[in-house]
Amino acid sequence: MRKKYDIWSLVTLSVLGLYAIFLIYPLFNLLSQAVVDKDTGTFTLAYFVKFFGKPYYFNTLLNSFKVTFGVTILTILLGMPLAYIFTRFEIFGKSFLRILIILSSMSAPFIGAYSWILLLGRSGVITTFFKNAFGIHFPSIYGFSGILVVLTLQLYPLIFLYVSGALKNVDNSLLEASENLGCSGMKRFFIIIVPLIGPTLFAGGLLVFMRSLADFGTPMLIGEGFRTFPVTIFNEFISELGGDDGFAAAISIIAIIITTIIFLVQKYLSTRKTFSMNSMNKIRPVKARGLTKVLIHVYSYALISLSIMPQVYIIYTAFRKVNGTVMVPGYSLGNFSDAFEKVGRSISNTIIIPGISLIIIVILAALIAYITVRRRNILTGIADTVSMVPFIIPGSVVGITLLIAFDKPPILLSGTMTIMVIGLVLRRLPFTIRSSVAVLQQIPMNVEEAALSLGSSKLNAFYKITMPMMAAGLISGAILSWVTMISELSTAILLYVGRTKTLTVEIYTQIIRGNYGIAAALSTILAVLTLISLLIFNKVSKGDDLSM
Amino acid sequence: MSVGISIKNALKKYGENTIIPDLSIEIRDKEFFTLLGPSGCGKTTLLRMIAGFNTIEGGEFRFNEKLINEMEVSKRNIGMVFQNYAIFPHYTVRQNVEFGLKNRKLPKDEIRMATDEFLELMQILEYKDRMPERLSGGQQQRVALARALVIKPDVLLMDEPLSNLDAKLRMEMRQVIRDLQKDVGITTIYVTHDQEEAMAISDRIAVMKDGVIQHVGTPREIYHRPSNVFVATFIGRTNLIEADYSAADKLVSMDRFTFPMERLPVDSDMPVTLSIRPEDFQMSAMSASGKSGGLICRITDVVFLGLNTHYQVELSSGQLIEIIHESVMDSPFKIGDEVQLTLKSEKINIFTRDGSRNLIHA
Ligand SMILES: Nc1ncnc2c1ncn2[C@@H]1O[C@H](COP(=O)(O)OP(=O)(O)OP(=O)(O)O)[C@@H](O)[C@H]1O
Ligand SMILES: [Mg+2]
Repeated sequence: MRKKYDIWSLVTLSVLGLYAIFLIYPLFNLLSQAVVDKDTGTFTLAYFVKFFGKPYYFNTLLNSFKVTFGVTILTILLGMPLAYIFTRFEIFGKSFLRILIILSSMSAPFIGAYSWILLLGRSGVITTFFKNAFGIHFPSIYGFSGILVVLTLQLYPLIFLYVSGALKNVDNSLLEASENLGCSGMKRFFIIIVPLIGPTLFAGGLLVFMRSLADFGTPMLIGEGFRTFPVTIFNEFISELGGDDGFAAAISIIAIIITTIIFLVQKYLSTRKTFSMNSMNKIRPVKARGLTKVLIHVYSYALISLSIMPQVYIIYTAFRKVNGTVMVPGYSLGNFSDAFEKVGRSISNTIIIPGISLIIIVILAALIAYITVRRRNILTGIADTVSMVPFIIPGSVVGITLLIAFDKPPILLSGTMTIMVIGLVLRRLPFTIRSSVAVLQQIPMNVEEAALSLGSSKLNAFYKITMPMMAAGLISGAILSWVTMISELSTAILLYVGRTKTLTVEIYTQIIRGNYGIAAALSTILAVLTLISLLIFNKVSKGDDLSM
Repeated sequence: MSVGISIKNALKKYGENTIIPDLSIEIRDKEFFTLLGPSGCGKTTLLRMIAGFNTIEGGEFRFNEKLINEMEVSKRNIGMVFQNYAIFPHYTVRQNVEFGLKNRKLPKDEIRMATDEFLELMQILEYKDRMPERLSGGQQQRVALARALVIKPDVLLMDEPLSNLDAKLRMEMRQVIRDLQKDVGITTIYVTHDQEEAMAISDRIAVMKDGVIQHVGTPREIYHRPSNVFVATFIGRTNLIEADYSAADKLVSMDRFTFPMERLPVDSDMPVTLSIRPEDFQMSAMSASGKSGGLICRITDVVFLGLNTHYQVELSSGQLIEIIHESVMDSPFKIGDEVQLTLKSEKINIFTRDGSRNLIHA
């Protein structure tokens, strides 16, 4: 009976409109590319047949699965115990280690890969040292094992962060009760704790899975003959011999189907096993003694050093003297001045493009979170679902999708900054919306109702009351988005043109060209940017959980 | 301004579930009107329909003559006090109270004066620059009240405003609310499921069950002449005893005991249900002869509660009855004693056997 339409209906429709133009339309375009023969205009499955018919292509799929499953399992095996140790025991230098863990996960994986090549590659410093000193040959870092090492060290922090968050909600009295009933130590860990944090573990695992499946830079640099999915997509699309859009589109569709299935399975598994927990009595870290103490310290320090090592080494090489593409003895700041001189633009691009994206993301995320939490109806439900779609689309596929849709009229965007902004916004929104939703759910609805009953308009109530109450949560979510966006490669590598190169694209290009000095300098700048952002995050969120 | 609220045939559905099927009430100007009922009966739902937070699926809601069904919340000029207070956490006490006035675009000094006046009235002037998180529950409650009243609303709505306070503070605040309401003279609808609170504070009470109003009346009427058995049992305690009414000799008989009932406007014999409150029995020792004019029973339990003593007695039918007597120094009764009961018959209520209707018209 009451008026159904208000300002929020307008917001809902605008959001849906934006998604229709920038996501649904491109996706349909992609689909039609994949199933329509370019010459005859008729329906065809030829591209799919080609993919599944030729081992050359099909094997990349198997390769990708090997990598993703391997990485997911390894990250869980490494990350979960670390989180447990950090929650349960006192560790020397814990907060410093925590920052290192986060820092190591926040860099672009391909930079890690590159650094490992410098350390353990054919002419890497460690390899050379051992060969010259002891005549020992290190196993090759290239190929499958290399990808596995790099991605695992890069991604286990995600599991660590997720599990740490979940453990915070486990009530200590559960552990005490279990001990009281005669179940403690490792047994208790598996019988009580693992099931309780199960759903979170699944969610973290899914994220690792998606990231490692979509990662493009690492296999490109270190994979050599071992080609994965994103590499193939990229090659087919950008191929020097004139890429085949249709085939790339078909592979993209296959990728989306796979990630969708994985996503649904994860969702199914974790909704069936969710417990609502509210810990009044948090697990307090205790002092470990004897052997336990030694072991947990060795484990933590070894793992964390390994994962931060590539970053540290890259930063170190940034200060080395370089002659052409060869490092020579001595130190200088020459790499930095070179970097600023030759490719300074990529630095400003890295501020501008993610900066603009961030503003759009924060506004959209706040609005979308609001309509999906506070104005539940069919339309907002659709907006909610649609906004989550990019979560399951690998970054390079987002890039291809946008390129195919927007390099022709009616909307011609390829080569602009706008298309890069769109790519980042699409990819990052799902995360920011989720965190905004979580924040919003903490705010009781009737605070806003109080404002309405005091004569405030709906929009006014949102800006004056709800937004400020969401602010801290929104800002910390925004900083995380920012950090992820400045180290984004797989979408940008497809969408950039000379003018719109970002730091990561530039670093990648410089590595490929062999300009190691400039690459290292740029990586250092990126690392500093990341570190500063994280420190700000820590201040704003007052030590809240990081959640990606 | 004087505002009466009239609700006719209100209908509320959530999806397929009808929460309020067909509800009508008239609330008078300046009245303190309370909605009372068990959890889930639709009190909050009704209140929020009046406030404009819930959609209205049918019926007419009016402030005086004005239909408000479609009116925006912000235009209704309502003061609302929420159960969790809903204080804006990022504003100081003063900013909270000023908020509504600012939305009304009043001149600055007027806002200041009005705010001070209500801060003073609620005795929270000294906290005016504090952030809400540094206030006690009772103080937050006062801020919420000041904020709702400072806009000079036509109607004040309160949904269990005291339920988050401890017992002592609850008593204190309920007096504050009551006095304030009379001073300001504002039509007020108050929701609670605490019957004692409702009795203490209200001019009239509506007892609800399953979205249907069972009885509207003053606390006295509702307690003494409940309109049906639900109301009789919901408000205060009572004993329900099945009996039979004989119209010819105007007698009520039960369990080998008969008493006259002159006032019943009923012409035919019928089965009835008696509702007798625990304090409306008089208990005395059996006379030596064993003959008595009362209902004979045996004491099965005695609980001393200070002011009163509660007795549980068993009728010869096996039914258990609760009786409350003022405590005396040396209790003459102990468990196992046979006693006889007599009734304060003018205070008894007689319902149809199914309990749906009170046969005694007040
Ligand atoms: N948003 C909603 N959607 C569906 N059903 C609802 C919704 N809000 C309330 N209800 C249902 O409406 C009925 C009445 O709820 P309401 O909150 O009005 O009860 P109440 O009388 O205020 O109870 P309490 O004393 O516990 O606060 C309940 O059965 C409840 O489950
Ligand atoms: Mg309620």
